Amino acid sequence: MSIVVIAIAALLSLAATFGAILGFASVRFKVEGNPLVDQIDGILPQTQCGQCGFPGCRPYAESIANGDDINKCPPGGETTIAALADLLGMEAKPLDEEHGETKDKRVAFIREEECIGCTKCIQACPVDAILGAAKQMHTVIAEECTGCDLCVEPCPVDCIDMLPISTTINDWRWERPSPPLSSTQTIIASDRQGTAAGDNTKPTDDGDQQAA
Amino acid sequence: MADYLLILISTILVNNFVLVQFLGLCPFMGVSGKLETAMGMSLATTFVLTLSSVCSYLAFTYLLSPLGLEYLRTITFILVIAVVVQFTEMVIRSTSPLLYRVLGIFLPLITTNCAVLGVALLNIKKQNDFMASILYGFGAALGFALVLILFSAMRERIAVADVPTPFKGHAIGMITAGLMSLAFMGFTGLVNI
Repeated sequence: MSIVVIAIAALLSLAATFGAILGFASVRFKVEGNPLVDQIDGILPQTQCGQCGFPGCRPYAESIANGDDINKCPPGGETTIAALADLLGMEAKPLDEEHGETKDKRVAFIREEECIGCTKCIQACPVDAILGAAKQMHTVIAEECTGCDLCVEPCPVDCIDMLPISTTINDWRWERPSPPLSSTQTIIASDRQGTAAGDNTKPTDDGDQQAA
Repeated sequence: MADYLLILISTILVNNFVLVQFLGLCPFMGVSGKLETAMGMSLATTFVLTLSSVCSYLAFTYLLSPLGLEYLRTITFILVIAVVVQFTEMVIRSTSPLLYRVLGIFLPLITTNCAVLGVALLNIKKQNDFMASILYGFGAALGFALVLILFSAMRERIAVADVPTPFKGHAIGMITAGLMSLAFMGFTGLVNI
């Protein structure tokens, strides 16, 4: 009888010790990683422009995962907001004006005769779309430029213009219908506002990418 | 010193756990499809096998033996191995994300690797001391890694070879494993441990 008791007690104490070790380890070695952040980061446009007030897309994704607003990304526009709302199960909101509005697709242009070759815009560009070297004239690779405005500010001689991309015969599209702002304005019945808005913007965005 | 060297040679080549003792066959067949995953699995197994053989030895010598509970060793070792694997996973996850990415998925799988339990039990059966237990576990893991990597490298080549349809996939894998096992029989008698 006593042998059985000893055996059970030994195993129980061993199990309890191990349980305590694992419990301690799970608290001590806790990992903050969040798979949601990766998903949100995948939706964001990765322009790293910082217009949301965060130093890049990933920090903003982390902030959204912690409950920040989803409408602070001007480059992504309505499409991104709709996709985020869909992922997070939230209502899609119109873009926050404070962080800039979705402008027409634009591209940076350096007036090359005025460029002094200071390389400041190269350092500012989040997508490495500016070519050049110190004391050499710089230029913008139009296909890489996301139109984020970040190079305009650091230029000491103000020789960078943001030019709208002119529409040609190849990329002209019908004007996009204005996205529904409240449920009363929604003409087609839908249980989620974001879906309608997201669908509306998609074809136009494709056209823009072709234009760029 | 010579004893320890003999233990290593014995476990890696002569009494190879996979090909001679037929332990740990599931990961041997399961994760040998790609060389990269085989390497990850080998690393993780080496790590866990060495650690768990030490822990099992300690649990047996300092808990079960003094209480006269040697017959409880199997269930105790299962407990020890499960905890060691879990603990290792947690520590690696927080201390080295790089290592975790390499070993990550394989660590929980190793809990069910019968070679791990086999090494712990054989350690007791052979009455290895502390140092010998470590080397026995380490050698077993090296042997496992050796054949797993060899086998996966072979399977990668077989995958692009012109194998007759009935033998495609796991069938040719089994045959290859059998041939490897035969080849490893050539080491028999090299060391007698």
